Amino acid sequence: MKGLLLLSLLLWVCLVYFVGIYVFVSGFLLVRLEVNRTSTCEDVLQPGHEDPQVNFCSSKPRFRKVIILIIDALKIDFARFDPDNQSPRPYENKLPVLEKMVSSKPTHSRLYPFRADPPTTTMQRIKGFTTGSLPTFVDVGNNFASSAILEDNLIHQFGQTGKRVVFMGDDTWESLFPKKFHRSLPFPSFNVKDLHTVDNGILQHIYPTMVGGDWDVLVAHFLGVDHCGHRFGPDHPAMADKLTQMDGVIRSVIERLQNDTLLVVMGDHGMTDSGDHGGESQKETDAAIFLYSPFPIFAGPPSQDEPDVVPQTDLVPTLALLLGIPIPYSSVGQVLLPLFPSHQQTEGAVGGLSQLEALWINAKQVNRFLETYSSLAKDIPLESLSQLKAEFSHISSEYLSSLRGGRSPSPQLLSFLQAYLASVRDTCRATWARFNPFKMVAGFTILALACLMCLILSEMSLLLIRESSAGLKTSVKVAACVSVSVAVVQLYTHGYMEVVWCFAAGAVSSEIVFFWKVSPKVVGWLKLRQLLVPPLVVLMLRCASLLSDSYVIAEGRVVTFLALSLALYIPVHLNWKGLLLPPSHDSLKCAGPLPSMVVSPSAVRKESSTLLGCLGLLVGSFYLSLSFHGCREELGSCQPSLFLSPLSRLQDSRLKNLHYVLAVAALCLWTFLLRRWLCHYGNLNASGVTVFTARWILPLLSVCLGLHWAVGATPEDSFRNLTELIRLAQLALPRTAFCLLGLGMLLILCDPLTVFLKTRASASGRSSSLPPPRYRASTGISPQAELHHLIPQIYQRMRRSLDDGDVSGSSEADHRPAVEAYGLGTVYSAPVLLFSGLLGMGLLLLHPEGMALSFLLLLLQMASLLHIHASSTTLYSLHGAHVGGFNVPWTPVVLWSLASTEFFHATGHLPTFPSIQWSAAFVGFPDGHTGTLLPATLVTLNTFASHILFAAGCPLLLFWPLVCEVRGSRGGRACGDEAEDAVMEMRLREHPLHFSAALLQLSTRYLFINGAQVFASVCAAAILRRHLMVWKVFAPKLMFEASGFLVSSFFLLFGVMLVLRVDVAVSRWFKRLIPEASR
Amino acid sequence: MWDHEIRAMASTHAIIASSVFMATVLPAVFVPGFSVYGTHLVWLYSVSGAVTAVSVAVFWLLGITPPTKKHTLGYKLSRLFRSCLYFFLSCLFFHSVVVLYGAPLIESALETFSLAVLLTSLTTLRCLCVLGPSVQAWIRVFSRHGAMSVWDTCLQITVACTVVGAWLGAFPIPLDWDRPWQVWPVSCSLGAMIGFLTGLVGAPAWIHYHRKQLTYKSK
Ligand SMILES: [Zn+2]
Ligand SMILES: [Zn+2]
Repeated sequence: MKGLLLLSLLLWVCLVYFVGIYVFVSGFLLVRLEVNRTSTCEDVLQPGHEDPQVNFCSSKPRFRKVIILIIDALKIDFARFDPDNQSPRPYENKLPVLEKMVSSKPTHSRLYPFRADPPTTTMQRIKGFTTGSLPTFVDVGNNFASSAILEDNLIHQFGQTGKRVVFMGDDTWESLFPKKFHRSLPFPSFNVKDLHTVDNGILQHIYPTMVGGDWDVLVAHFLGVDHCGHRFGPDHPAMADKLTQMDGVIRSVIERLQNDTLLVVMGDHGMTDSGDHGGESQKETDAAIFLYSPFPIFAGPPSQDEPDVVPQTDLVPTLALLLGIPIPYSSVGQVLLPLFPSHQQTEGAVGGLSQLEALWINAKQVNRFLETYSSLAKDIPLESLSQLKAEFSHISSEYLSSLRGGRSPSPQLLSFLQAYLASVRDTCRATWARFNPFKMVAGFTILALACLMCLILSEMSLLLIRESSAGLKTSVKVAACVSVSVAVVQLYTHGYMEVVWCFAAGAVSSEIVFFWKVSPKVVGWLKLRQLLVPPLVVLMLRCASLLSDSYVIAEGRVVTFLALSLALYIPVHLNWKGLLLPPSHDSLKCAGPLPSMVVSPSAVRKESSTLLGCLGLLVGSFYLSLSFHGCREELGSCQPSLFLSPLSRLQDSRLKNLHYVLAVAALCLWTFLLRRWLCHYGNLNASGVTVFTARWILPLLSVCLGLHWAVGATPEDSFRNLTELIRLAQLALPRTAFCLLGLGMLLILCDPLTVFLKTRASASGRSSSLPPPRYRASTGISPQAELHHLIPQIYQRMRRSLDDGDVSGSSEADHRPAVEAYGLGTVYSAPVLLFSGLLGMGLLLLHPEGMALSFLLLLLQMASLLHIHASSTTLYSLHGAHVGGFNVPWTPVVLWSLASTEFFHATGHLPTFPSIQWSAAFVGFPDGHTGTLLPATLVTLNTFASHILFAAGCPLLLFWPLVCEVRGSRGGRACGDEAEDAVMEMRLREHPLHFSAALLQLSTRYLFINGAQVFASVCAAAILRRHLMVWKVFAPKLMFEASGFLVSSFFLLFGVMLVLRVDVAVSRWFKRLIPEASR
Repeated sequence: MWDHEIRAMASTHAIIASSVFMATVLPAVFVPGFSVYGTHLVWLYSVSGAVTAVSVAVFWLLGITPPTKKHTLGYKLSRLFRSCLYFFLSCLFFHSVVVLYGAPLIESALETFSLAVLLTSLTTLRCLCVLGPSVQAWIRVFSRHGAMSVWDTCLQITVACTVVGAWLGAFPIPLDWDRPWQVWPVSCSLGAMIGFLTGLVGAPAWIHYHRKQLTYKSK
């Protein structure tokens, strides 16, 4: 057994995968820390520097009211008007009102391109132009689960200063700003095919609202243009109709406008030629913004020094200062200067801020944000930070000195301020809001190579284990060298190093070395036909399904469908090979290439019926598991499972009792089944600590769980006098359970052997039924040979005494001490099974009570899968068709992995962030936590419970055919040697090389299957990064798939480690045994 | 060697395929508002009825059906009865399999059962015609060395094509395209039908090209 080599190989493969995921994700997921501070009127100016003119909160603002018309996906091309265009396309020249206003009233209105920052999806954009920041996929805030904007934003500031905000349109706003509006008329936005519901809803209400006067800020978000783009594309008559309708809307709004009101018409993003958006091409980012006021606000017609393009972040400070509210805290925008009078003009003007004052306030706010942010997060490069700081201090000293001196500041100051603001924004943008295609490609490559490597490892496991080097050492050495040298080169050339690239270089180089080492052996091996077997086709379908949003949304059902197909394939395939039924007599007569050994029809029939029965159980548990699914919000008509709500939330007491009884029954059955199995195979006879765990800790844990549920379910008002006790129990019971769990696992790891050894003199006359002694353990025979003979003897005796139902010893005729070992046949699987069982209980503790049923289904599913695998292996070997070694074929491994995905759904989880069960963090800690590590661990354990259980139990696939071994099967090696059959897992000890190879193969196959799914979601995220659903479906799916892989591989390694630990223990045990027995 | 048999098979299949075609076209003439999507169940039953009737007639006329050992009327009647029973049981079997695969349990039970009827008339009925009501013979036929005549091989191919077609037909259902053929069970029954027709065409062709390799044990 080459344990260390095996473990290090697996660890290395996992690390390569991790690096691949890390590199990709660092290029794809844009992460920014949310700053949870809000601006107020007081903090805009430094204390001690009173200047009534600049304290704008109290001063008279430029505008009292504002109307913001958001036309979703209003591209700048739609808004421009070209009178010379004789044959306009459907989307051209449809908004003549904008051009008419700009040319006829140049001091009242402007039209600019309005550049959005990617990701150009509506929700991120709304976040963008209300907070003034650059939204990213993961805005790490304190509340991950809700989509509400917690950062300081315009809507919040409007509310703070007592402005009444009326909203109508796209209901995304309602979820982003819950309860922030004075009045709100949301309309459903989900159905992309519906072009008119939202727009018509707005049109019904907007004019009465405008005239009614019960508002200060009116936000109307039209969706028709965007939906039309998604459905038909921009080049379609429907788009012409839609834009013409919008033209009418803008006209009517302008007609009803009052003097103190500003009108903003804008798009949140553009669209590509196919009508989609989300990415970063100029077609997607360039929207239009149109500003209009009934009284002149601009100094004159558009001049040279006006901006060509307005970045979307600039809207926030501009609107804030025009309306006299503080600029939201995290805004990095710059005020739109043409809207403010220059310094000379302000002397006799209507009030409001001059350009310089506005810029100064703006710059101070941005500087404050930058300081706060850089103290919280470290992702902005240090040298650019210090440069910005120096710039600001220079500007501020100049400004303040000029202000104190009373002289008018130099015109240069204006451009300094502008340059400062622009460079802050560019720095932030470089840090947050850009996909990094190089990193994405690198991660993609590493993952693809890792998958290929896994495949090769799994197919060539025996060869690689035998040669024992496997190029591992060189790979690791080369990887280390390369990453260090990349780090040095980076330090030398850039002065700093990016860890991502060091890792990436290391991973790629180690992969290349591996391929180079194995390539001579691989040549001629990688045949396509070998890979086109049905289990791998199912895996490919599963991976392909990750590329479609509909399939990801319906993932639970898709996985069930595929798993069922693969499960039904097993008996069909067996039948096709003629192995399912005992060969009939007429075919026996004339058959030439029949197996030489005689197949006993009754054994075949028994195995086939076991297989079919287990298949029924498997199919049944798959079907039942569907009823535990939660619901994605995209599936409108779906009803979440009733078992998902915790007992304390159920109102009906009868239903509550029923649920409780069901859960406890499932829990008892779980414990009972595990103990029954261990008892059946004689593992409970020993007196070791693992048996202690099985005997006492397991039941105690279930009692703890049952009591915990009971306490949790008690209504709070009913037992008032026991409140203290209940609180104590809520604290103590889960913690006791955690401790028991930890203790049990520790004990299993300490001494995993569950073998009971008896060395006793003869006392019976049944010795005649025993075969004569097969060995004489004298000094002449080497210990190796002794072992070879000893194991079957021990095992057979144990079986016999068990068969008789008699635990008492038996012995040889010559009164030699006889040896009995109970539980030797399942010495590997018993600890793994017990460990998984304990783990399952611990994970169940983190779930709502009703999930006990689902966990029981999971156990049944595992059992039936294992039995199906065992039966089909036995059927093969019964017909003499078995190939050597302990190889686990693809089918059960793929099924195993599909089942883990299925039970991810059946334990009430979904690959979306709102569906994370946060309550798991409070099990045993009802008052919350101080750190973040513990709750994060608990939530992770809860979320990936099914991944964990299936990964930890994966080695069972290797053991089960041996556990269920039938007498007379696996012939060939010891023909007709009755004493040597049914040695169960001891067979693994006889072939340590095959054992290691099979273990390596099994684990790499499992890793390959999971890795291929990660790879597929990486592909989906990379290819579809401008898909409508990327931030809603694909990116979360990628996150879940990647974290699931992380957790799975960790527990898979743990399971393998447990097996190796058992192996070491068994070796020691034999060393102790042989001298004893030979004495 | 089997030119005669292959030709017989090809013509049989042509007849069955044309019956499917007629069962699709004729109701369009006689039933007002008929369309394959709109009045899907009508189409489905008309097709399965046509296939059932034509298959039984053709196979009986050709004499493929295994000869009965006894010629008493009672035996023949019991055989007929058993065939009907098997037909019905097979409908139930397909129904439950389809439900297990994820079809709604209660909501559209009629549609699901109709699909099961279609699948039965495309697969089980053929087994009944070729092999008679004997489950063991059916299981035997679907193993590699189990085919004992050209007709058995042909049965293997058509049944496999039909089942795979129905299976593939389920794939477009979750997509959000909102097409009329994505409604349950239209895509599945269309898939089964297309698979069946492919099998009808493919089986004689495959047998023709592999006639050298095919060897059958005599019964
Ligand atoms: Zn949008
Ligand atoms: Zn859109």
